[in-house]
Amino acid sequence: MSILVDAGSRVLVQGLTGSTGSFHARQCREYGTQVVAGVTPGKGGTVHDDVPVFDTVADAVRETGANVSLIFVPPPFAADAVMECADAGVPLVVCITEGIPALDEVRIRLALQGSGTRMIGPNCPGIITPGACKIGIMPGYIHRPGRVGVVSRSGTLTYEAVWQLTSRGIGQSTCIGIGGDPVIGTNFVDALGLFLADPGTDAVVLIGEIGGSAEEDAARFYAESGSKKPVAAFVAGATAPPGKRMGHAGAIIAGGKGTASEKKAALRAAGIDVAESPADMGVTLARMLVARGLAQASAVGL
Amino acid sequence: MKIHEYQAKQILAAYGVPTLRSVLCRTADEAEAAARELGGGTVVVKAQVHAGGRGKAGGVKLAHDPAQARDAAARILGMDLVTHQTGPQGVKVRAVLVEAGCRIARELYVGIALDRARGLPVLMACAEGGVEIEEVAARDPSAILKEAFRPDEGLRAFQARRIAFRLGLSGKSVQHATKLLMALARAYVDKDASLAEINPLVVTDEGTLVALDAKIDFDDNGLFRHPDVAALVDRAEEDPLEARAKALELSYIALDGNVGCMVNGAGLAMATMDVIQHHGGMPANFLDVGGGASLEKVTEAFRIILEDPSVKAILVNIFGGIMRCDVIAEGVVAAARGVGLSVPLVVRLEGTNVEKGRAILAESGIALTVASDMTDAAAKVVAAARGE
Repeated sequence: MSILVDAGSRVLVQGLTGSTGSFHARQCREYGTQVVAGVTPGKGGTVHDDVPVFDTVADAVRETGANVSLIFVPPPFAADAVMECADAGVPLVVCITEGIPALDEVRIRLALQGSGTRMIGPNCPGIITPGACKIGIMPGYIHRPGRVGVVSRSGTLTYEAVWQLTSRGIGQSTCIGIGGDPVIGTNFVDALGLFLADPGTDAVVLIGEIGGSAEEDAARFYAESGSKKPVAAFVAGATAPPGKRMGHAGAIIAGGKGTASEKKAALRAAGIDVAESPADMGVTLARMLVARGLAQASAVGL
Repeated sequence: MKIHEYQAKQILAAYGVPTLRSVLCRTADEAEAAARELGGGTVVVKAQVHAGGRGKAGGVKLAHDPAQARDAAARILGMDLVTHQTGPQGVKVRAVLVEAGCRIARELYVGIALDRARGLPVLMACAEGGVEIEEVAARDPSAILKEAFRPDEGLRAFQARRIAFRLGLSGKSVQHATKLLMALARAYVDKDASLAEINPLVVTDEGTLVALDAKIDFDDNGLFRHPDVAALVDRAEEDPLEARAKALELSYIALDGNVGCMVNGAGLAMATMDVIQHHGGMPANFLDVGGGASLEKVTEAFRIILEDPSVKAILVNIFGGIMRCDVIAEGVVAAARGVGLSVPLVVRLEGTNVEKGRAILAESGIALTVASDMTDAAAKVVAAARGE
């Protein structure tokens, strides 16, 4: 079991014919993902790497039954690409594009409201259900099928967490990078809600970072859910100075708000174990699995 | 991206926000002439630096005649202004704004920023102007009035009016405020700002409104559609190393510690800083070389890190995903050779082809320490920085 995507997901790639889109679409196919269509306006009717290319998302959906769109189009055109998916009724959009203006992200959010289309990202590594399908730019081999959900605002830090889990023999149900931008499509609360409701997920690793209040919101949501599924967390940026944007547009401590220590305190108060060191994300979850009787110590490298 | 007060006022004035007459001056002579041109009466001489908190730091002075304006400018120009936003070394003042005085009845605060939780821009207003809005927010959040709006619809007149009434304005001041707030919102959206602030917004004795100070920060991701805004950048205000990094699409931020860091990905870069501190060290910088970590970027990243004289050791922490570890290792070795590394180097690689990558590092003949995981890497680099 998994959330949002599985072996039946049929993926169209917006920006398939560009160099980034081509490369990652190939990687996804090698992992076993069904990449059924590409969309590049003006290149409809051509075939790229054995994948049929369409002029519009609506054409691609009608001809191929695609139900997920993976977006690699450049920032000036990304908002339009997402809105085209909503118009065509694509239920899930995974937007990898980095550098979209914040107000365009607001416009996307408003356009998707009540549309039936969910977006993951933008500026994210995507989503993977190990062993079933990979819709994004993460390295597939570091994952292992299993029963732990991973949700993160970061890219390579997610890989680090996943690798720590896999190295201990702990597999993952689904891993989602929700992106580090100020306005995103799927937030921690959304993802956590899906994992808590998923019978194939026993536990969750949540990786936050400084800025905003998404971690605090997730903590409140978890506490109120009354869920017994263990959640382990890490919050990056304890050493970041206020007022400086740490790479991600959203990772900034503004006006004394959004600090790592506030976030860790909120998560702990909700019953979530927080790793102090990023090297301890895996072991923190492993200990929780053993403590809750969900795994034998020897099976999770303890 | 940040701009100066005088630039922010020019933008806002173009949208119909009332400002006072002012002249930008780079010498004391110019300041005296400007004061005369403004009528010879009271003027305010203000340091033009990007940092806030100029008044408390001595960067804003009142002058009652042109001679005083000259003295004030002479004292401010060339000084290293130290405010709570500049760091202890301060920032050199290269220009002052000489601005006409006005009769102040009340000072208010108005500003627009993105509310991430709501996913909308929000107008904030406060009856207490001229103060740090963050301090007000911490002391009494209910004192800050808010109106969220959709970018493509803008701030509605009734929203602006509602704020004006709640600020205690009356009579024609309400109409002035409504127009001003809607203009501020238009400027914010049109220019892809991330912050647009008028603090203080002054109500004059005559009941008119005027922006006494103004600040606009822009969303870097929106600059591609605003070449006019991008042209306002003041390179002298940027950290030279940060500017160089930016030109190469490296994300670099100078910090106070002595452990240089080179990492791929912003989240992992922050986490690397954290793990260094967790082991008793202090990072000298945040540096994200991006997902690719190409030879060119790694080389330039080494150069930038080494230019910081406080760096006593360097940690390279790369999670090789799509980019294979053997390729990254070759890049690190070539770059380390190219720049002539002068401090201990600890490298932690993980990911695709990690064994090959570690072998390349071990056989390179370069004096470097290979770390097995993040804990090991942090312990080793912190020890190296201490000279152990």
